[in-house]
Amino acid sequence: MKKLSLMVWLMAALGALNAQHVEVLDFPAFEQRLKTHSDTLFVYNFWATWCRPCVKEMPYFEQLNQEFAHKKVKVVFVSLDFPDQLERLVQPFVEKKNIQSEVVLLNAPNYNEWIDKVSPKWTGSIPATLLSMPAKGIHDFKEQAFEYEELSQWVSSTLNKLHP
Amino acid sequence: MSMMVSAQQRYQVGDKATTFKLMSTEKQMVSPEDYPDAKGFIVIFSCNTCPWVKLYEDRIEALHQKFAPQGFPVLAINANDEARSPGDSFEAMQQRAKEKGFTFPYLIDETQEIARAYGATKTPEVFLLLKEGDELVVKYIGAIDDSPRDASQASRKYVEEAIEAIQQGKAIKDTEVKAIGCTIKYRRS
Repeated sequence: MKKLSLMVWLMAALGALNAQHVEVLDFPAFEQRLKTHSDTLFVYNFWATWCRPCVKEMPYFEQLNQEFAHKKVKVVFVSLDFPDQLERLVQPFVEKKNIQSEVVLLNAPNYNEWIDKVSPKWTGSIPATLLSMPAKGIHDFKEQAFEYEELSQWVSSTLNKLHP
Repeated sequence: MSMMVSAQQRYQVGDKATTFKLMSTEKQMVSPEDYPDAKGFIVIFSCNTCPWVKLYEDRIEALHQKFAPQGFPVLAINANDEARSPGDSFEAMQQRAKEKGFTFPYLIDETQEIARAYGATKTPEVFLLLKEGDELVVKYIGAIDDSPRDASQASRKYVEEAIEAIQQGKAIKDTEVKAIGCTIKYRRS
């Protein structure tokens, strides 16, 4: 019994060690990332723990991140939870769901000042997703929930434009 | 495919808005035309289930308390598809209105026609309408204030400022202010 509980404890500890630590970014830091040139197609998914359609579509983004990794596609989950909910809600959520794609928390309460900078098409509802590759001039935004097929097709067709 | 409502199809400030006649939680059909003395309307797309709406419910009630007597009543509209969001059923709306003691009409847009016509994408979202003759003209679209977490910390109260500007015959400083919100659950066609 003692051995078992030690095992459980060890596994939990290892799990916590493996879990990523969610980084908090202010908008200038996030914008810096949005503008950075690289050969990777970034898929920024805007979500929050309280947003049910967001949580529902997250596995599709995880699947995308895995299946398109060799094509230099990278998913970043951008949490719009309030910053003081990081330790109580966001970090435990990331650990419990064992999220492999990078998760950041955007600490930017002046929504009206930055929503248009992500995309003027964005009215502010989540889920919302941005495909971005500044080096190739790719900046494509969709304010909707995705199923895997629609998401992967969007990314594939974007990749096809890059490598016709 | 989900029915998409994109930014391009939304009402813009200055557009003429459609009127409506929708069922309230008190089972009465409510229309802007029922308010011959009103100067305008604070139309708010809302729902039961969105955490951001919950943060603002008391402030929506306060807006109605303050501005209905001045001729700008709140008309709250829930357009969420019950099939996609069971917590937004008419019965759930009735319960919520009762619990919170809403004094403004809380209306169901069952066909989603009004939300689509306005191009509403999220809750909570305000369309401030001003009566100009027989028409309803959009004067402000967006957030209630700049402090979702804590009403007392708001440094800008956009809806109040817009109404006060109208009352004083001044230009509205910010006619569209974006904020985060929950997607309106449009019926999948």
